[in-house]
Amino acid sequence: MSDKINPTRVPMSEQDAKERISDFREVALGYTVEEVRREAERCIQCKKPKCEDGCPVKVPIRDFVMAVAEGDDEKALELVKSTNSLPAVCGRVCPQEEQCEAKCVISKKGDGISIGRLERFVADWEMQRGPAKPNVVEKKNQKVAIVGSGPAGLTCAGDLARLGYDVTVFEALHAPGGVLIYGIPEFRLPNRVVHYEVENLRRNGVRIETNAVIGKSLTVDDLFEDGFDAIFVGTGAGLPRFMGIPGENLNGVYSANEFLTRVNLMRADCFPENHTPVNVGKRVAVVGAGNTAMDSARTALRAGAEEAHIIYRRSETEMTARVEEYHHAIEEGVIFNWLTNPVRLFGNDDGWLTAMECIRMELGEPDDSGRRRPVPIEGSEFKIDVENMILALGTSPNPLVPQTATDIDTRSWGGIVVDEETGATSREGVFAGGDIVTGAATVILAMGAGKTAASGIDEYLKSKRG
Amino acid sequence: MYEILRKEDLTDITKLFEVNAPLVARNAEPGQFVIVRIDEKGERIPLTIADYDKEKGTVTIVVQEVGFTSAMLNSLREGQSIVDFAGPLGRPAPLPKEGSVVLLGGGFGVAPIYPVAKELRNRGVKVTSIIGARRENLVIMEKEMQSVSDKLYVCTDDGSTGFKGFVTQKLEELVAGGEKFDEAIAIGPMPMMRATAKTTKPMELKTWVSVDPIMVDGTGMCGACRVTVAGEVKFGCVDGPFFDAHDVDFEEAHRRNLMYRREEEHIMTVCRRGGDSA
Repeated sequence: MSDKINPTRVPMSEQDAKERISDFREVALGYTVEEVRREAERCIQCKKPKCEDGCPVKVPIRDFVMAVAEGDDEKALELVKSTNSLPAVCGRVCPQEEQCEAKCVISKKGDGISIGRLERFVADWEMQRGPAKPNVVEKKNQKVAIVGSGPAGLTCAGDLARLGYDVTVFEALHAPGGVLIYGIPEFRLPNRVVHYEVENLRRNGVRIETNAVIGKSLTVDDLFEDGFDAIFVGTGAGLPRFMGIPGENLNGVYSANEFLTRVNLMRADCFPENHTPVNVGKRVAVVGAGNTAMDSARTALRAGAEEAHIIYRRSETEMTARVEEYHHAIEEGVIFNWLTNPVRLFGNDDGWLTAMECIRMELGEPDDSGRRRPVPIEGSEFKIDVENMILALGTSPNPLVPQTATDIDTRSWGGIVVDEETGATSREGVFAGGDIVTGAATVILAMGAGKTAASGIDEYLKSKRG
Repeated sequence: MYEILRKEDLTDITKLFEVNAPLVARNAEPGQFVIVRIDEKGERIPLTIADYDKEKGTVTIVVQEVGFTSAMLNSLREGQSIVDFAGPLGRPAPLPKEGSVVLLGGGFGVAPIYPVAKELRNRGVKVTSIIGARRENLVIMEKEMQSVSDKLYVCTDDGSTGFKGFVTQKLEELVAGGEKFDEAIAIGPMPMMRATAKTTKPMELKTWVSVDPIMVDGTGMCGACRVTVAGEVKFGCVDGPFFDAHDVDFEEAHRRNLMYRREEEHIMTVCRRGGDSA
C-alpha cells in the first residue's frame, strides 16, 4: 500500500470495437496479474470502508483487495466467496460505479478502486485453477425448493446448501441461469462463466431440475406435499412489455426477451448448425435505453445488421443503461436517436416490417420517476426504414407462481409482497426475492434478496426444528 | 432425458410417441401442450398433448412431419430419448360440464382433440366428433375417437373413406339436418380452423380453436406467440392456446407462422445435402 493516493485507475484491455462486432467473444478482457496488483495497491485500506456499505451482499471488500495486493489470491477468493456465491458474474455485470466504487473515498479525488475488475480477476483465477473442494457441512434433514435459477435463486440455493440444507432448484427452461443465460449476451457475460458457477453449486450438493415449470408442472401445494419444508420464489420479471402501437405484430418485430433468448440461449447466430432461427435485417431499431436495449443493439450488429439504432423517448441524461455499456455501444457504431418515439409501423404485402413512423419529443415537468416527462412535439412525425424493431421497454413480474397459489399476496402490478427483513411472503414457509418482488432491477440486488431470504429461511426452519 | 417408450406409425408422415415424463403427466389436462427440444442443437417447439397417463407418468404426442424439427423428431425410435420435454403448458381446454359439443379435428389435429373428447365424455357431455383428412390413409385415431364419441363422422377430401368433403361441410349438413350443439371445438391446421370459424359464425355456435403459434419459452417470457383476439394482443402460450374462434385474427396468425419459412427451407436443403446432422 502506498501512502500517497494514486487517482488514476489501471485501464482494462478490451477487444477492438471494429473486430469485436463480428463475433460474440467477451469485450472486456480482464486484468493481467501485473495489472491487478497495481490496481489493488491503490487501495488506502480505510478504517471504516465505505465501499462495503455500497455492496448489497456485503462482500468484505477492503480485506479482499488487500489480499489481492499482497498476491494472496486464495485468501482473496475465500473472502469474496464468504458472502458472494457468484463473483465471476458480479465482477462482470454489477453496476459497481453506482455501488461500492461510488462510495470509495478515492473517487472524490479521482477514480475509485476498480473493485468489480478485482473481483472478476479473483473469480476467474478460481476458474483457471479449478474449484476448491466442497465444504463439508453437517446435513440438516430439511428440504428447500428454489423456484427459478436466476441470480436470486442461485444465491439463495448456495447459501442454504452451505448451511447444510437439502436444496433443489427448479428451472422452467432447459438450462439453469435465468436472465444470466437467456438475457445477458455472451460478449458481456460468457455462458461458460454461468455454467461454472452453477457447477460449483452442484458440487456443493444443490440439485437442479430443468424443464420444471412451477405453477404448471408442479404447484406450490405440490412442492409442500412432496416434502419440501420451505420454498423460495425467485421467478424474476420475465414478461415483456409492448407499446400497443399499430403494426406491432408485423413479422420482424421482437421483444428484447425473444430476440436475446434466440441468440443467447438458443444460439441462433449459428443457424443452421443450431436449429433455432432469428431474423436480422439490414437496419434494426431498438426501442428503449436500458442495459437490455444496449445488449439488443450490440447483439443485432453481431448477428449481421448493418445499422443498429437506439430509439428513446427521453434524452441521454435519463438513460438507464450503465455508462460502460453505453460507451461500448457507441464504440461499436450504435446510432442513438434521443427524444424520439415510435407511433406506428408499416409493413409490406407479406406482413414484414418495412418502416416506422416516429415523433420527436421534448422534456416537460418531472414525472413520477423524478425524470422529466417526454412530451410529443406536434407535427414532428417522420419515417425511418427498418427491417426489425426490438422492444426493450422493461419487463413485468412472472405471474405463473402467484396465479396458481392465490394465498401469496401480490401488488397491483404483480410483484410479490414480502417482509424486507426475511423475504417471507404472506404464506407460511414461502419466501420470495429478486425481480418478482421489486420489478425489473439488477443482478446484484436480486442476489442480495436471495441472501436475505436464505437467512430468513434458515431462521424459519430452525424454529420448525424446535 | 425423456425416453420414448412407444412409437406408433399413424400414417407415413404422422407418428405417435409415448414419452416417459412424470413431471408433465402429473398435472396435465386436456388441451395443454409441451415444449420439446430434440437435442442440444434443437429449437424449442410446442406440441399439443394427445394423451397422458398419470399413473404410468407418460405423455403421448402425435407429430406430423411439416418441417425440419418435426422430421427429426419422427426419425427417433423407441428406446431413444428427447433431451427436453417441459409442461404441461397453456390453459386447459375450456370445457362445459353438460350439454352437447361438436368436435372438429383436421389432420393431425385429431390427436389433441382425443383427450378433449375423453374428458367431455367423462363429464357426461354428448360428444359428436367430425374428423377429417385429405385421404383415407391420412385419417388417424379413428378407433380411439370412436370409443369416446357418441357419434363419429369421418371425412376425406377425396371421398376415399367416409364423407367426401371438409369437416365444415359435414357440420353444415348435420346442422341443416336439425342437429343442435351448444359449443364447437376445432383443432387442426390454420385454414381448417379458420374455415370452421366462418362456418359456425352464422350458426351463432360458440366455437373454440386451439392456436399453434411459433413459441420459444412457452411460459409468457418472449411474446413470439402474439395473437390478436377481439382486437387485443394475447400470448398463445399463457393466455391460450384456446380462444374464441370468432375473435381470432387468423390472417395475422397465419402470416406470423410463416415468419421463418425461408430459414426452414434453408435448413431442409442443408439437411438433405449433409444428412441428419445439418
